[in-house]
Amino acid sequence: MTALDTAGPAVTAGPAPTRSTKRSARRRARTWGEIALLAGPAVLVYLFFVLLPVLLAAYYSFFNWNGLGPLDQFIGFDNYTRLLADPVFHRSVFNNFFIVVMSLLIQGPLAILIALLMNRRLRFRGLLRALIFVPYVLSEVTAGLAWQILLQSVPPTRWGPVDTLLRTLGIEDPPSWLADPDVVMWTMFGILTWKYLGLAIILMLAGLASVPDELHEAAALDGAGWWQTQWHITVPLLGPTIRIWAFLSIIGALQLFDMIWIVTGGGPLNASSTMAVYMVGNGLNVSQIGFGSAVAVVLFLISLIVALVYQRFALRRDLAGALTGGVR
Amino acid sequence: MNRRSTMRLVTLTAATGLAVAALTGCTAGGGGEGEAGDTTITWWHNGTGDPLKSFWEEVASEFESENPGVKVEVEAFQNEDLQRTLIPNALQAGGDAAPDLFMVWAEGEIKAQVEAGYLEDLSGLTGVIESVGTAGTGWNVDGKQYGIPFRYGIEGIWYDADLFEQAGVTENPATFTEFGDVIDKLAASGVSPIGVGAADGWPAAHWWYQFAIKTCSPESLQTAAETLAFDDPCFTEAGENLKTWMDEFDGDLPFQANPTSTPAQSVPNSSAGLLASQTTAMELMGTWHRGEVAKLVPGAPAENPPAPEWLSWMPVPDIEGAEGAPGAALGSGDAWGVYADAPEETLELLEYIMSVDVQTRLAETGEIPTVAGAEAGITDPVLQQIAEATQSAGVVVTWLDTQYGPVIGKAMNDAIVNLMFGDGTPASVPEAMNAAAATL
Repeated sequence: MTALDTAGPAVTAGPAPTRSTKRSARRRARTWGEIALLAGPAVLVYLFFVLLPVLLAAYYSFFNWNGLGPLDQFIGFDNYTRLLADPVFHRSVFNNFFIVVMSLLIQGPLAILIALLMNRRLRFRGLLRALIFVPYVLSEVTAGLAWQILLQSVPPTRWGPVDTLLRTLGIEDPPSWLADPDVVMWTMFGILTWKYLGLAIILMLAGLASVPDELHEAAALDGAGWWQTQWHITVPLLGPTIRIWAFLSIIGALQLFDMIWIVTGGGPLNASSTMAVYMVGNGLNVSQIGFGSAVAVVLFLISLIVALVYQRFALRRDLAGALTGGVR
Repeated sequence: MNRRSTMRLVTLTAATGLAVAALTGCTAGGGGEGEAGDTTITWWHNGTGDPLKSFWEEVASEFESENPGVKVEVEAFQNEDLQRTLIPNALQAGGDAAPDLFMVWAEGEIKAQVEAGYLEDLSGLTGVIESVGTAGTGWNVDGKQYGIPFRYGIEGIWYDADLFEQAGVTENPATFTEFGDVIDKLAASGVSPIGVGAADGWPAAHWWYQFAIKTCSPESLQTAAETLAFDDPCFTEAGENLKTWMDEFDGDLPFQANPTSTPAQSVPNSSAGLLASQTTAMELMGTWHRGEVAKLVPGAPAENPPAPEWLSWMPVPDIEGAEGAPGAALGSGDAWGVYADAPEETLELLEYIMSVDVQTRLAETGEIPTVAGAEAGITDPVLQQIAEATQSAGVVVTWLDTQYGPVIGKAMNDAIVNLMFGDGTPASVPEAMNAAAATL
């Protein structure tokens, strides 16, 4: 707003005050017309396809409704009490947070490490960067089906490609990657890491590019080794990038759906179900639109709370523009 | 500042209003009646692949040429999208958005649509209803007919005749005891006897359904379907019988290893793919399985793949001394329903689709027809065998998940998979079903 107001007078500094007010009124109307024209479609799309569905879901969640006929069975908070009492939903929430924590603990450090290594002068650096990014570009369904086929074995006669490889390496009895309820979430985490590590690395590399070379030179003059330089200079300066990546990763992990749906469908025995998988399986697929909406609302609230808390505490400095706040 | 916010509000409201007008204008303009005097019938089905897709289009254009002024718009959609998203949304929107003729599932599924008042009572089409006989009962709600099945069959055990021969199995089992011997012989010959796609739930659940219809008397099943109360002890006994049967075998048997991560269809490592690649020797499935297996035979052509010659079919054996009706079978089919406000020509189209001529040609495409006399069109010996077994079955019970509706169906299927391959108990299945019924 301020930019528009100050930009105005510089262009049309008129002599007569009355004419100027009239003109500026017209100009303001024109400015608003432009804003409406340019922002209007986006605002509308947002209203109809984001806000309205959120409000409708909240409304539907108080009804027992199968998607057919009128909404006439108001049941208050019954859908919510049923949802919060369901052990499968507890497991789904646990699985979401399992992916959140594991991503932050393993994917983040791994991505930073690889980005640091790839930021040095390497042969085939461009090729390496492209290869690392390939899984991220693949569509989720393609990648999911490929992994499903690679991992699924039917011993003793039909081994999947991954198990065949392991058996040639001497591991005779590999774990049931997708069929063992205790293993399946680790398998899924492995697949998700393969899929999303590329994005994290590219983000970190972009962050690294903004670290001034002079700081490295100064550190080198002071006698700092490569690891010391990375730890005391590069990583702190990478702070904003890391915090933004972590934010994207957390939200993505909380809303995790497609990869799980394709590879396991939430199985075996609901062991890999997530909140979104639970929502589709117990809402849409069984025509319980009211109950599914309640799941959607809970998923929305959990994501919203996590996002707000994260913004308040982790992203505060970045949003205030103190980009180098982490460095003494 | 104040004036500016007022301006802001005014502009926003104006822009919103304009766009809303544009959006609603769009929907109002789509679909509907053609030129004056013309009628358009929209027809939705799930035959996304050939030969069925072209067949229904052909039938529609035949009807158009015999009925000038009537236009039939046929559209094919993926099965689950059609039943779970497209049809409910279209019926809810009503008017021109709703299809006039569309596929409806039986029992609990059609009941929800009837209760919402979306379906036309077809009881007046007495000729058609008589011609399909008892196959039509699943689409009868409170004495009125709301759907007409056009294909119908019972499920059975699809097996690999080559692998049976290799294992030294010469005669098909008539009882579950004999069935156990067949499984042992197959396992000894080095193949996984039965494939099951338990990752999808229902394929495993069908084993429990089989035990349920053979353990529960027809009266108990009838009462349960009407009251949705599953307190009859036979539902627990069914699970006990299933577990006892499974526990007779060693290790993963009688099923293949890792059943809970095996999907049912479409991919090479699905249970259909395992049968197609001769990794497993048997699978319990409905009539559609012939086409599913044919697609997944290694090296099969993409267009109209032929079913492998070794693919054979037998009815599910009986359990000795069980209370269920002898020869009870599980099955169902697909039916046509008509939207309550559909143009009256839709009924004529439906009668044409259900004529002996069209039904006979449908049979030639590899489906099991419902109209008496049309079975003459079945050329495939395996399908002929299924059609005969369907005719001679003592009782045909509709898939239990379809009967009880999707909510109880899902809870039941989940509990069954947990009973078979997890830590569930026989009593946990009816418990889960009763708990789900309480949320309806």
